[in-house]
Amino acid sequence: MAETHKPPERFTLRMRRYDPESGEAPYWDEHTIELEPHRSVLEGILQAKAKFDGSIGIRCSCRAAICGSCGVRINGEPGLACHTHLDHAKASSKDGVIEVEPMGNMPVIKDMIVDMDAVHWKKVQRVTPWLINKQPIPEREYLVDRESMVDVTQSMACIQCGACVSDCLAMEVDPGFIGPAALAKAYRFVGDPRDDEERERLLDLSEDPQGIFDCTHCFKCVDACPKDVNPMGQIMRLRRIAGADQHINDQNNGHRHEETIVTLIKDYGLLHEAEMLPRSYGGNSWFGKFHPAAGKELLSSLPVAIRGVMKRKMSIKIALFGHKIPKQDLSAVKKIYEKVEGKPERYELNLYVSGEDEDAGTLATVGASETAADAPEASA
Amino acid sequence: MKVAYWPGCVSRGFTPELHGSMARVAPLLDIELVQLDRASCCGAGVIAEHNQELADTLNARTFALAQQVEGAELMMNICSTCQGAQGECQERLDANAEYRAHVNSTLADEGLAYEKGLTNKNFLWLLIEEIGLEKLKSMVRRPLRNLKVGPFYGCYIVRPRSRLGIDAEHPRDHYLEQLIEALGGTVIEYAGMRKCCGFPIITMNKDASLKQAGRHLGDALDAEADCLVTPCPLCHLNLDMQQPLAEKVVGRELNMPVLHLPQLVGLALGLEPKELGLSRHVVRPTSVIDWSTSVVGAAA
Repeated sequence: MAETHKPPERFTLRMRRYDPESGEAPYWDEHTIELEPHRSVLEGILQAKAKFDGSIGIRCSCRAAICGSCGVRINGEPGLACHTHLDHAKASSKDGVIEVEPMGNMPVIKDMIVDMDAVHWKKVQRVTPWLINKQPIPEREYLVDRESMVDVTQSMACIQCGACVSDCLAMEVDPGFIGPAALAKAYRFVGDPRDDEERERLLDLSEDPQGIFDCTHCFKCVDACPKDVNPMGQIMRLRRIAGADQHINDQNNGHRHEETIVTLIKDYGLLHEAEMLPRSYGGNSWFGKFHPAAGKELLSSLPVAIRGVMKRKMSIKIALFGHKIPKQDLSAVKKIYEKVEGKPERYELNLYVSGEDEDAGTLATVGASETAADAPEASA
Repeated sequence: MKVAYWPGCVSRGFTPELHGSMARVAPLLDIELVQLDRASCCGAGVIAEHNQELADTLNARTFALAQQVEGAELMMNICSTCQGAQGECQERLDANAEYRAHVNSTLADEGLAYEKGLTNKNFLWLLIEEIGLEKLKSMVRRPLRNLKVGPFYGCYIVRPRSRLGIDAEHPRDHYLEQLIEALGGTVIEYAGMRKCCGFPIITMNKDASLKQAGRHLGDALDAEADCLVTPCPLCHLNLDMQQPLAEKVVGRELNMPVLHLPQLVGLALGLEPKELGLSRHVVRPTSVIDWSTSVVGAAA
């Protein structure tokens, strides 16, 4: 926590300035401001604007991390200018100067202001961001389990600041990717028991080549989010429900890829890499490789495979037969699969909802374990 | 030091030179590897995507096996993805006693149980935090002079920061730079060093996947790196094995060798490139080492 009684200090801000209408190239602009260290980077920018240069462009409104207007990059990392203390920003800077830039993946309108309409809001609109009522609509309010609504509160915490969109690495190479913010919003409705179109929504998002299976699982959005929405986690939940509950066998190999890895580990204990590609394209069995879609892909990957074998990168034995863990361990792994997957409902622990035990931060010493006899009885 | 050693799948499958070089390097660093042969794949995040409890149970089994290794100070892995995927499961298991007991009840059939609080470190973390940079420096036999190395971390070992314990005291997202310097090399910083290699979507969106790999390799090339080094074998697959295809996607010649972390350490400790499996890469690391004289560095 920042202390509030410290006297004002001088901080230097290095801001990325750009006015597309001017025809000039972007440039860096430095101003030194004076504020108490616990004050925000936004307040610093506003002081620079008031004192030195009224033309500095920054969007802001609530100044309390609620409205989501002042998303920027500070020292290269996305966040809210109003939610970042000056002393913290200085500490994380390379050279003592706080660097402020516009967010990424969106066109710059002026200085730190980006075009949210052109990218972020368009993507949010793409996922039908409203409730489609389950029929028949009850005369009074819908009655739902408390737990089922708690489950969607995490994605509801989104303030639409665009920080996750700014740094999405999939969007960086594939701008059409629906992206973390919009997909987190999609989960907000897929997970809502009052919504009537769970399957339609998931079909749409699975079959779209730039939908849920275009996410590279890079955790950028998880770290970017100032509200702990965990957009990537919501995307994984969309995939889980699409595959396990709705059995959607999408055209992007997404579900087959997941099933392939899950099955290979059940059958081998370890990943059998050579089977991954043909099964993901052709279907999750040993015969997958004979499917035309797999054949085409295998043929195009043949030079890669030949190079690998020639370089002794992989042995022919490993490529053909894979590697396995010992027999008795494999049967233990299979038993775990049967037991966990045989349950009528999946058991998911969401730490956002459940929180941690009070002593969770204390690290126990590493040693030979006996049994967990002292732990409370299991309950699902 | 004795460690419960989890090599992962890919280091024994499509990148055997990683597991092989780790085995060569360990004795030089006085690390005793007790391999967890009985453990299963971490699931690489995909099993968790399919069924969280299944991933947590399989990894709890691995942790329990590690805790059975007598005299082991900790569990060590050589894969960024294992570190991240196992860390995610461990976070849930450690956070909630009731859930842990629930998972352990499944393991009880085998007489196993995971006890909260395992220390699981990637080889990179172990090098810096357990062995230390000063000691490492004193062990260098072949300083990587003239070698310009670009770090490539892999997402799972740098994000999310809080789960991975990255803070001012443990700048784990800067360890590769510290290590390269300690081994006598020059660090090349470039845009893609902490970005995604693209591997997770190679079967779903091949073009975007290879574009990611190609861009980072190109950025490193523009920054004049001789080679990259990575603690992640899955990144290695996309950056090295798929590099010829990535070249086509980004439309430029790359020819950027990518070393596994133990290979780079092994070179500095005086091991021969062949025994470190450097000849097994798709992109031959000619810019890294003169094969006839074993002199490291492009300018050598």
